[in-house]
Amino acid sequence: MSWHRIQALILRYTYLYARSVPRVTEIFFWPLMDLLVWGYVTLYLQRLAPPSGPANAFMFLLGAMIFWDILYRAQQGVTLSFLEDVWSRNLLNVFVAPVRVGEFVLATYIVGLFRIFVTVGVLAALAYALYSFNLFSLGMSLLPFFANLLLMGWALGMVTTALIMRWGQAAEALAWGVPFLIQPIAAVFYPLDVLPRWIQPIALGIPATHVFEGMRQVLRGEGVSPTSLMSAFVLNAVYLVAAALFFRYMFDVARRKGLLAKLGTQ
Amino acid sequence: MLSYPNVNDAIVQVEHLRKEFNGTVAVADVSFSVSRGEIVGVLGPNGAGKTTTIQVLLGLTTPTSGAVRVFGKELEQHRCEILQRCNFCSAYTALPPNLRVRENLRVAGGLYGVRDLFQKMDRLLELFEVAHLKDKVTGQLSSGESTRVNLCKALLNDPELLMLDEPTASLDPNIADKVRKLLRKIQREQGITMIYTSHNMRDVEEVCDRVLFLHKGRIIAEGTPQEVIVQFNQKSLEEVFITVARSGDLLGVET
Repeated sequence: MSWHRIQALILRYTYLYARSVPRVTEIFFWPLMDLLVWGYVTLYLQRLAPPSGPANAFMFLLGAMIFWDILYRAQQGVTLSFLEDVWSRNLLNVFVAPVRVGEFVLATYIVGLFRIFVTVGVLAALAYALYSFNLFSLGMSLLPFFANLLLMGWALGMVTTALIMRWGQAAEALAWGVPFLIQPIAAVFYPLDVLPRWIQPIALGIPATHVFEGMRQVLRGEGVSPTSLMSAFVLNAVYLVAAALFFRYMFDVARRKGLLAKLGTQ
Repeated sequence: MLSYPNVNDAIVQVEHLRKEFNGTVAVADVSFSVSRGEIVGVLGPNGAGKTTTIQVLLGLTTPTSGAVRVFGKELEQHRCEILQRCNFCSAYTALPPNLRVRENLRVAGGLYGVRDLFQKMDRLLELFEVAHLKDKVTGQLSSGESTRVNLCKALLNDPELLMLDEPTASLDPNIADKVRKLLRKIQREQGITMIYTSHNMRDVEEVCDRVLFLHKGRIIAEGTPQEVIVQFNQKSLEEVFITVARSGDLLGVET
């Protein structure tokens, strides 16, 4: 690993964002729209059925929405960084340089992390200003939740990028679609026990499920379950290693089939 | 164990390179070597295997069989180490269009860990007469300006091996002539080894010390431009090219 190459790749993405109003807007636009829609829907639901305990649907939904965005933005950070190079026909310039696959991936992780800090920061501030929802009321448990969602987003990002590398621009839609494949069973907006019994073991195999369940526990004032958090970390470690191996394998397939050069000049 | 051509100071050694894509043969059997400081033209009609050969040399594509050594090292095992000492410029790739020229060069320099980057950038931009464009957004450059900026990028890391894929394809005759002369000058001064593909035979005659003529994935002629012209009993390299393209099959080439 060479830091100067990672730095150069990060610099390239920084310039790209600084130069492009649509890209900067995109970081805020969809999260903001989600926040407004979900916020007002839950305000309405609250009016229909006023909360009886310390926690309410409003907090659960807003918290879930912001947490979901962490995972989604982490995945997008990796995948869109790769696609930026494809769209600008710059991919060849990157891969004919002495850039190692690991350096490329690490740079996209770091870019993704910056995007998340910006997006979550803005969302947290707006949620507090508009709905008096304080994300930081989750206290220190926010950190392991955040880390787990980030790790899972990175793993998903690597898998998505690997698929795009293999199937080309025809598979671009995956960049936006892959996270939503797991959303219905990851207990994002509803508790795990709402899901049919036979899906629950599958859901428990997804690290994000433990995070969303944990978030609801904390908001209910029950504290965070260390076992649940540990399960999420262990699952994430397994998925990250698997995703890295899958990415490496697809990179080799792309080189064998001449797909890297094809993607770079399309 | 494959043996390599016994060439002193060979920078590139390719032995029995074969590349198939889903059963289609792109390169059938190619062996050649390139010595330090040589400019070698890789020529041939469309589908001859030039681009695939270059892509293999750049580590973008892995060979189906055969061996490729660059700087005396196996490409597959030492890919990054080798690429650190190489660079590439093609008329068919672009630098990110929404970055300014100096930003693109700064990123490229960073990827190669170039020292004294800003001085080098200024020197190269002056050399290719595009210094006045350094604050311009790359996407706003004409194709000629863009090619020259690409060449600056390709020379930033003082490459020992430079691969040029139709570098003058989008240039007007005046600029193309200047670029050819500059490439020759740089090669003389710095002793850079160059592998050059072009469909412009005048380019090749003027720039290349030696040419490899490819047809259907095999080398069918090799030598100085003059030797190849004589070998085919033609008056120019362009006539050789047309002869090969139209009657390559009659020259005993089989895949």
